[in-house]
Amino acid sequence: MASYLLNTNAQEAEMLKAIGIEKKDLFNSIPSKLKLKRPIDLPQGLTEMEVLAKMSALAQLNKVYSIILRGAGSEHHFIPSVVKQLSSREEFVSAYTPYQAEFSQGILQSIFEYQSDICELTGMDGANASVYDGATAAAEAIQMVLERTRKEILIADSVSPEVIETIMTYTSCSEASITILKTKGGILHEDVLKKHLSENTAALMIANPNYYGCLEKVDELSRFTHEAGAKLIVYANPLTLAYLKSPRACGADIAVGEAQALGLSMAFGGPYLGYMATTNELIRRLPGRIVGQTLDTEGKRAFVLTLQAREQHIRREKATSSLCSNQALCALTASVYVAAMGPVGLKEVAEHGLRRAHYFQKELEKIGFKLKYEVPFFNEFVTTSPLAAKAVERHLSKYDILSGLSIASHEILWCVTETTSKAQLDEVISYLKEVTQ
Amino acid sequence: MSKLIFERSVKNRRGITLPEFDCPEVVLDYETTRASSPRLAQVAEVDVVRHYMELSRFAFGVDNGFYPLGSCTMKYNPKLNETTASLEGFNSIHPTQDPSTVKGAMSLLSNLGASLCEITGMDGFTLQPSAGAHGEFTGLLLIHAYHSDRKDLKRTKVIVPDSAHGTNPASANMAGYSIINVPSNPLGGVDVEALKAVLNDEVAALMLTNPNTLGLFDPNIEEIAALVHKAGGLLYYDGANLNAIMGEVRPGDMGFDVVHLNLHKTFSTPHGGGGPGSGPVGVKKHLMPYLPKGTIIDEHFVENTKTIGRVRSYYGNFLVNVRAYTYILSLGSNGLKEASEMAVLNANYMMSQLKDQFTVAYPGPCMHEFVLSLQDLKDKTGISAKDICKGLLDYKVHPPTMYFPLIVHEALMIEPTETESKETMDEFIKILIDLKEKASTDPDYLKNAPYTTPIKRVDDVLAARHPVLKYEM
Amino acid sequence: MKRLYAKTHEWVIVEEGKDFVVGISDYAQIALGDIVFVNVPSLGDKVTQGESFGDVESVKAVSDLISPVSGKVVAVNDALLNAPELLNSDPLNTWIMKVSGSVNEAELLDEATYLALDKDH
Repeated sequence: MASYLLNTNAQEAEMLKAIGIEKKDLFNSIPSKLKLKRPIDLPQGLTEMEVLAKMSALAQLNKVYSIILRGAGSEHHFIPSVVKQLSSREEFVSAYTPYQAEFSQGILQSIFEYQSDICELTGMDGANASVYDGATAAAEAIQMVLERTRKEILIADSVSPEVIETIMTYTSCSEASITILKTKGGILHEDVLKKHLSENTAALMIANPNYYGCLEKVDELSRFTHEAGAKLIVYANPLTLAYLKSPRACGADIAVGEAQALGLSMAFGGPYLGYMATTNELIRRLPGRIVGQTLDTEGKRAFVLTLQAREQHIRREKATSSLCSNQALCALTASVYVAAMGPVGLKEVAEHGLRRAHYFQKELEKIGFKLKYEVPFFNEFVTTSPLAAKAVERHLSKYDILSGLSIASHEILWCVTETTSKAQLDEVISYLKEVTQ
Repeated sequence: MSKLIFERSVKNRRGITLPEFDCPEVVLDYETTRASSPRLAQVAEVDVVRHYMELSRFAFGVDNGFYPLGSCTMKYNPKLNETTASLEGFNSIHPTQDPSTVKGAMSLLSNLGASLCEITGMDGFTLQPSAGAHGEFTGLLLIHAYHSDRKDLKRTKVIVPDSAHGTNPASANMAGYSIINVPSNPLGGVDVEALKAVLNDEVAALMLTNPNTLGLFDPNIEEIAALVHKAGGLLYYDGANLNAIMGEVRPGDMGFDVVHLNLHKTFSTPHGGGGPGSGPVGVKKHLMPYLPKGTIIDEHFVENTKTIGRVRSYYGNFLVNVRAYTYILSLGSNGLKEASEMAVLNANYMMSQLKDQFTVAYPGPCMHEFVLSLQDLKDKTGISAKDICKGLLDYKVHPPTMYFPLIVHEALMIEPTETESKETMDEFIKILIDLKEKASTDPDYLKNAPYTTPIKRVDDVLAARHPVLKYEM
Repeated sequence: MKRLYAKTHEWVIVEEGKDFVVGISDYAQIALGDIVFVNVPSLGDKVTQGESFGDVESVKAVSDLISPVSGKVVAVNDALLNAPELLNSDPLNTWIMKVSGSVNEAELLDEATYLALDKDH
C-alpha cells in the first residue's frame, strides 16, 4: 500500500496523549448505528510499482491513432516540449486558488497574461480566468445576456450539438427560452434570423467556424441582431483567431469557446478550457474568477482576484453563477503554448490546417467524397459519399488512422491540423481508394 | 516585480517553428481574415522558460509547504498520479473514438464510479461534473427532474444552512430554486426545530455537509433525514468534507439521496492554482434514470430517456479522474480509512495545542478541521483574522481559510490533512502563538504585514472600481 | 421640501410637484466601506417601497438597496458608473435614482428621528 502519511506510531501516541484520548475514540461523535462496521469493500492498497503496472495495462487497452483526421470539439495538435515541462512545475500544479495575493503573484500574473491573450485573439476588453469547457462557457454566456424584457435566445443549429445540449440543460430551470434556427447549406441565413428576431430577443449565438467547419456571415448577422436591440455571442476556436477576423471586429458582444487546441491534449474529453471574453459594457456580468491589475501599498504593480462581489462566496443565492474552481492550470498551459508559438507560430498552425484541409477536401472529391456545404470553410468540412461513414471509419482504423466523425450514415466531418503532412494525406487517400473503387 | 511576457517581447523573435507549408495557399471568399497579426508576445523558447521559472518562484503549492486551508483539503498530490495521467493511452485518445477502441478508458471510469459508490454508499455515479459547484448544480438538476417526473411541481424551494459554502445556494439558484436559510444551533449543527418550521410540500431538498463547515459531525443527521424525507424532500450531500469519514460512515447510509465529491480535495488530485478539479455526483437508485448523457456505468454509456441532458461536453475531466483512480488503487480499502483517521487525529492535535491561546468557535472534539474565532483578539488589540493571516505570510506559511464559515466572527478555519507531520504542525502552532503575542505587543507591525513578500498588501478597491483585466498591447 | 429616511438607511427627498430623489445615508456609506460598484435599476423599471431596487458592492460584500418609494424609475445617476466613490465622499448630495410615483410617509422617518436612532440595531 502506498502511504503518504508521515506520523510514526510514536508520534501518533504523543499526539493522542496531548489530546487526552485513545485512538478508538476519534470517531465517537458518529452515532454507532450509522458507523460502517466493515472495511470498505475495495482491494487493499497497492505499491507504486503495482499501480503503475495496472494503469499502464489499462492505458494500453486504448488505441492511440498515428494519424488523426477528427476534430468536432477536440483537436489533435502538436504540443511543444516546453509547454509540458513548464505546466508541470510543482509550484503551479500544487498551488491553491490565489486568494492571498501577496503570496501568489506568479499564479495571478499567469492568469492575467492568459486573459490578455484571449482578449487579443477575440478583440475583447476583458476575459475571465476560465470555465470548464467551451460548452459551459456558452451556457454561462446565455445567463449574461438575459434582461428583464429579453429572455429569448436564438441559436443556429450549426453550433456544436454538445454545446446546444449543454445550453438546454443549463437553461432548463431558468427564464431563458431557446429557439434553434435552421441553417441552410451549412450556414445561417439572414431571412431565417430576421423572422425570429424580436424585441424579446436577448441574443443570437453562432459559431465561427461552425460545427461543420463553415464560415458564417458574421458581419451581416451581427448587423440585424443589433438592429433588433439584441446581443451577439460568437463561439470560436481561438486557434483560428490567429488567422481569422476577431469576433469583436465582426460585431460580437461576447466571445466564448473551447481553447483545448491551445496546448492541451485530447485526453478523452478533459480537462479542457472554456474561455469567456466580452466588452467593457458587459465585464461585470462575467461569471467566475477574474484577475485584475492594481498597485500595492508601495505603488508597485500587482495582480489580484477582482470583481469578487459577483461571485458565489459573496452573493450566495443572488449570484448568477456558482462557478468556483475553474481550469486554472489549463489556462496556464494555454498561455505557455501561446508564448512558445508566438503570433507567427499560431498563424502558421492555423494556416497549415487551412491549407491541408482544402487540399485533402479536393483529393477526397476526386474519389467520390462530395463536399456537402459549398460555402467557405476553415480546417474542418463535411463530405457525403456512397460509402457508409462507419465503413470508412473501420477501414481507416485498420491502418491506424482515425477518420473524421460520422455525423450521419453517409456523412463525415473531417478535420486536418498541422500534425498531418501532405504525404500522410496522400497515404490516406490511397487507403480510401481500396474501398471506393 | 516580474515583467509580463508581453514586456519581454522583441519584434521578430521566434519561438517554436513548424515545417514549411506543403499544400497550396487558400484564399477565403469573404473578408474573413484578420487585418493584422495579433499583438501577442514574440519571444524565444529560453525567454518562455525564464519567464515561467520566475513566475513559479512567486507561487506556493503544497509541494512548497504547509497549507492548512480549512474546507480545501490541501493534501499531498502523489507524483505517481502525474505519471499515470501522462500515459499516452490516456491523453492521446479522442473522446469520440468508438468505445471498442477505448476499453481501458471505459473500464477505468466504470471502476472509479463503482469505487466511489462503495466509499460513499451510493448506487451510481456520473463523473461528468468538472468541479464541486458543477456537481452541486448537476445534483440539483437531478432533484428537479425527480420531482417533475412525479408531477410534484410545488417544490420550488431548497433549504440551506447558514453555515454552508456559498456555492450551495448559488447552485440552487441556478437550478431555479429559491433559498430558505436555516440557522445553526449552538453546537454548529442544523437547528432541528427551525428546520421543522420550514419543511413542507414546497421544499425540494435540504443541502448539507456532514461533518459541517465547522468540522463537527451533526449527531441529529438521522432525525434530519427522516424529517426531510417525510416531507417529501430529498437530501443533498456536499462532499467537501469527505476526508473526515472515509471508512467510518457513508453519506448513503446517513440517508442522503444525492452526493457530490471533490476529487481535488479528498482524492489528492492537484489544485492547479484554481483548477481543474472534478466533482462526480452519486445517486441512489430512484435518481439514476435522470443521470446525464455521457455517464459510463459497467463500461457502457448509460442511455436514459429521462436524462437531464449534459452539463458539459464529453465525459468530464478525464485526466483528473485518472489521477483519483490511481490514488484509490494506491491507498485501497485500508489506506483510505487510515487517511481519514490521521486527518481527524491531526486536526484534534492542533486544536488541543491552540485552544488555550485562542477561542475555538465550537468546543469539543472536532473532525478533520476546526474553526478559531479571533473576535476577542480583535476587540482587545484591533488585530483581525486577516492581519494574522498576513503576518503568517512573512513566515512563508500559507494562512488558513479566513472569514468562513460566515456564522463565526473573525473566523480562521484550520485543516491540516493527514499528509502532515507532528513537527510541521508544532512549528505552525508556535508561529500562530508568536503572532498572537505580537498582536498585543506591536499591533501596528501586524497591521502592515507582510513585509518580506514580493508585494505588500494590494489595493483591491482600486482593482474593483477601475478594472484593468488585460495588458494594453 | 423635506428629506425622509428609511430604517434601512436610504433617504428620499420629497418635494411638491417633483419626482422623488433617492440616495443612501452617511451611516450606510460608513457601514459599507469603500464602495466599488452600484447596481442601479434601468429607466422605466418599477420599484416598490420596502423592496430591493438594486445593490451596492464593496470589495468583500454586497448590500441590497431598499426603495423608500413606489413608482417608475425616471432617471438614474450615470456618474456612479465610473465614480461609485461619490457615495462615500458625499452621500447626502449624491442621488442614485429619481422615481415618479407615491410614498407612504408613515413608514419613513424624518431626519431628526433617523439621526437620533441607535443604529446598532
